[in-house]
Amino acid sequence: MNALAPLPPAWLREGAAAFLSRYEGLRERLPGDVAVRAAGAAAFRGRGLPGMREEAWHYTSLRALAETRFAEPLTPVADCATLMARLPALDAPRLVFVDGRFRDDLSLVPTLAAVRVGGPGYGTLAQPGREQMVALNTMLAEDGATIEVAEGADAGTLLLVSLGTGGPPDRPVAFHPRHALRLGTGARLVLFEVALGAGGYLHNAVLEVSVGADAALTHLRLQDESSAAFHVSTLYAEIAARGTYDSFALALGARLARMEVHARLAGKGAAAHLNAAQLLGGAQHGDFTTVVTHDAPHCASRQTVKNVLAGRSRGVFQGRIEVARDAQKTDGYQMNQALLLSAEAEIDSKPQLEIYADDVKCSHGATVGELDPEQMFYLRSRGIPAPEARAMLVRAFLAAAFEPITHAAGRAALEAAAAGWWERQAS
Amino acid sequence: MSHAADPLAPVHAVTQTPYKWGFTTDIEMDMAPKGLNPDIIRLISARKNEPEWLLDWRLKAFALWQAMTAPEWAHLHHPPIDYQDLHYYAAPRKQAGPARLEDVDPELLATYEKLGIPLKERAILAGVEPAEGERAPVAVDAVFDSVSVATTFRATLAKAGVIFCPISEAVREHPELVRKYLGSVVPQGDNFYAALNSAVFTDGSFVYVPPGVRCPMELSTYFRINARNTGQFERTLIIADAGSYVSYLEGCTAPQRDENQLHAAVVELIALDDAQIKYSTVQNWYPGDAEGRGGIYNFVTKRGACRGARSKISWTQVETGSAITWKYPSCILAGDESVGEFYSVAVTTNRQQADTGTKMIHIGRNTRSTIVSKGISAGRSDNTYRGLVRIMPKAAGARNHTQCDSLLIGDRCGAHTVPYIESRNPTAKVEHEATTSKIAEDQLFYCRQRGLSEEDAVNLIVNGFCKEVLKELPMEFAVEAQKLLAVSLEGSVG
Amino acid sequence: MLEIRGLTAAVDGKPILHGIDLAVPTGEVHAIMGPNGSGKSTLSYVLAGRDGYEVTGGSATFDGEDLLAMAPEARAAAGLFLAFQYPVELPGVGNANFLRTALNALRRARGEAELDAVQFLKLARVEAKRLSMPDDMLKRNVNVGFSGGEKKRNEVLQMAILRPRLAILDETDSGLDIDALRIVADGVNALRSPQSSALVITHYQRLLDHIVPDRVHVLAGGRIVRSGGPELARVLEEGGYASVVADAA
Repeated sequence: MNALAPLPPAWLREGAAAFLSRYEGLRERLPGDVAVRAAGAAAFRGRGLPGMREEAWHYTSLRALAETRFAEPLTPVADCATLMARLPALDAPRLVFVDGRFRDDLSLVPTLAAVRVGGPGYGTLAQPGREQMVALNTMLAEDGATIEVAEGADAGTLLLVSLGTGGPPDRPVAFHPRHALRLGTGARLVLFEVALGAGGYLHNAVLEVSVGADAALTHLRLQDESSAAFHVSTLYAEIAARGTYDSFALALGARLARMEVHARLAGKGAAAHLNAAQLLGGAQHGDFTTVVTHDAPHCASRQTVKNVLAGRSRGVFQGRIEVARDAQKTDGYQMNQALLLSAEAEIDSKPQLEIYADDVKCSHGATVGELDPEQMFYLRSRGIPAPEARAMLVRAFLAAAFEPITHAAGRAALEAAAAGWWERQAS
Repeated sequence: MSHAADPLAPVHAVTQTPYKWGFTTDIEMDMAPKGLNPDIIRLISARKNEPEWLLDWRLKAFALWQAMTAPEWAHLHHPPIDYQDLHYYAAPRKQAGPARLEDVDPELLATYEKLGIPLKERAILAGVEPAEGERAPVAVDAVFDSVSVATTFRATLAKAGVIFCPISEAVREHPELVRKYLGSVVPQGDNFYAALNSAVFTDGSFVYVPPGVRCPMELSTYFRINARNTGQFERTLIIADAGSYVSYLEGCTAPQRDENQLHAAVVELIALDDAQIKYSTVQNWYPGDAEGRGGIYNFVTKRGACRGARSKISWTQVETGSAITWKYPSCILAGDESVGEFYSVAVTTNRQQADTGTKMIHIGRNTRSTIVSKGISAGRSDNTYRGLVRIMPKAAGARNHTQCDSLLIGDRCGAHTVPYIESRNPTAKVEHEATTSKIAEDQLFYCRQRGLSEEDAVNLIVNGFCKEVLKELPMEFAVEAQKLLAVSLEGSVG
Repeated sequence: MLEIRGLTAAVDGKPILHGIDLAVPTGEVHAIMGPNGSGKSTLSYVLAGRDGYEVTGGSATFDGEDLLAMAPEARAAAGLFLAFQYPVELPGVGNANFLRTALNALRRARGEAELDAVQFLKLARVEAKRLSMPDDMLKRNVNVGFSGGEKKRNEVLQMAILRPRLAILDETDSGLDIDALRIVADGVNALRSPQSSALVITHYQRLLDHIVPDRVHVLAGGRIVRSGGPELARVLEEGGYASVVADAA
């Protein structure tokens, strides 16, 4: 019998080789910790790009990405006014990266948090040996922000923005920003992360978040990339005792998007909320993958993930809750729902529980269906035209995911983005 | 009364579960030499007087198998299996194939009596119902290692037109049916273990229920692995023709041995228009001892095809045995309005590992499926539910409801839930719910306050937890299954 | 019948009972009243033997036997019954099946013959009817989907069937409307006999209008601060706990 695993397909190998040769060409000039970068490169050389044979990528093919040859981003001088105009109107400091590089002229550096830019913000949580796209990021990261909120400080709201300007149509670019965020004991921050763009590019971001004891991070995320872009982001969050990581992600853009979250509840009484909505149309492919690890007792995790799928889009949700042996009194809940608005849309959902402690309360639920014809009829019989009735019901469907957002301005911005998506679909 | 810090301390104590079916039968066996190659396959085929086409079919399966690797995605860990270190054919010497009951070796009859499986037909008078409290007659096909040793009530069944015989006999007597359906649900190259089975299967049951016939009694196969260093590779094929109904039960035990034994079965079910097949399993292969020594490796491919409109296939399983269980009884719902059901209780204790679940593939319109899975883990075991619900683009109006519950007893075991939900039709509705819990201390206390012993309280709660599944079993089986649950968990609690 | 001397107990290391002295003679009904957090439920759980309720001192005997040394089921077999304040749900476990299993366990312990399903159902139906409970409550799963009142009635039904010698009613009146309260009280009164006793734990006096106690004890801060005849309940009703507790302090 053949004991060797079959080789990955040629396009996957060739795609990986192109990234590796980029690294060989650039390595002397890339800033930051050489050892961390070399370890990332070694991991990427060993495993390459992830293929669908791997359980973590069962439903998402990177073929289109692997077959695209990306170029180096040009020196970022683009004016970006059009993209900047699309930013949520929040009265807050912001860190703006264009094609992965920090742009001082577009940013408003915060005063309540310490920020360092000018090289990759490598942290200690990322697992390039396990996640290939993180290995790729580690290998090629050029820039990023390292943000620190001091013990007991409330740093208010901060925008972290990525703008992709693309290049000429035949010259898509790839960038791999690397950020780290640390909240000291009892610190607080609302981080609003926005990814926008125009043209073709690969945005492959990694963010490492460490939430200290009794600290609270509200993390709002808006992914509204260009329809020709690839978006891959991997987030690692580690939450200490009684700390809270409260996140909501809205994914609207990109031809192919994968948002991956690894949240580890590391101290007693920590909490994580990983809510999300994916709204997809056309031929978009959107993948929201989460792993919540309960490593300490008395922790709670909550997840409500909604998918609205129109056109020929394909939505993927993979959500795993892991409960370690010692994580007694764990309270884990996950709900994943999909609404299919067209005959050609597809949802693939894999909620997963891995439990090794006995005194736990874990549950998950998943539903897939269309808009309820009876509700539609009821609304229309009251005189509401069909498109409006559909919009109302879709809004109602999404409400449970938006509801927990406590940051009013952030929530309004996200709701406006979702409404904008709906208008684009309807027109 | 202890007031220990851990209120469930007594529940955590784990001792070895006694396995009551672990005796061996001393009987002269006809064994093929160890190892697997085309010559062994020719030998098996020759021993069974098979036609050329079946030998070719086996050899093709063997070629496919050689190019395959064992699946690694399941949540199971075991040392690699040396497939050349096994006997692929073992049969009681005195009898080469099924015979009249009076010809069966008395040792064998005694073995089945001891297991509680009566192979002696009791006279049944025409038109007389069995008295209340008496066992309703069940037709039994008894498979001992590689061959069927007896099949009861064949005459009664023949009168109704039902064919119930060892598959080796069906190959000779009903080649047109076997040729048409064998491998039509589980093709030779379907997966590693199915390919292995297709190459070397030795016996198993064959059932054909003609159009419009409601099978007059429950059919049952009782599998017994006895010989040392043998694998059991049975193959079951059940065809329910249009408008027919059959209920089939399967039971399994094996002697207590220190080494692991391999069981790789394939079961294929075919339901034509309006036909119904109910397939119930109580799997109690030897699970190994408290340290994980010995026990059966149970790698089974079971799949039913609802080919006809409004057909229905229902799988019910109570899995308490085997060191390793790898098993996903599935339904391919091709016929419009066809129905698939999967009801499962899987109990793992000591070092047992189970990775079991189902696949419901919705192809036809308005197809419906229901999945109810109850996993109970105790000791240092791991218990995984793995299931796929796939709605194909044409399956308009399809419905699935899945309920998966896990119960943990003690803090050294694992419970895992891995559902895959894929929907490509907007009019389909899929609902999945899963929970994990333990036996709550307040439930135990409530029962004990009412005078129940701790062990009785646990049994009561576990049985309540499994009730939705147990009620799907034919009555007599349900009683057996309840007792089996109690025995399996004995020592894990109290 | 029940003799408690100097009983102290703690939960999670926190002392709750600070020395209870109480005797309930055979044939008598005693009431324990007290404000929230006074240790009423703790006392009932300690007497029934719930894990996590640690006895740190003192004694409790039942017919002279050391109650505290017995397993919960042994206490039940001896004739002690606790009507829970919050009866637990047992999904998938039929009420009738549960009750018959419990009854037969008690009968076995007493050396009596077990009842078969038919005999049992006959008995259960009679008792259910007496408590104005619909038959289908026996068919439903234990307490699953029961309303608050139904759960309490189910506790009294169990008591009626199991015929304890000492019934402890832990706030059985809470959450009941006046009609349900009367039904529950009638059920308890029907079980009164010279051979059996009861300990009625309640926050409010109104239950004691229906179940008239022989003695009333006031529990506060983990101690019995005052005992008296049924008239003590009236005093509490009018003056509130504060008066009595303050007097004692």
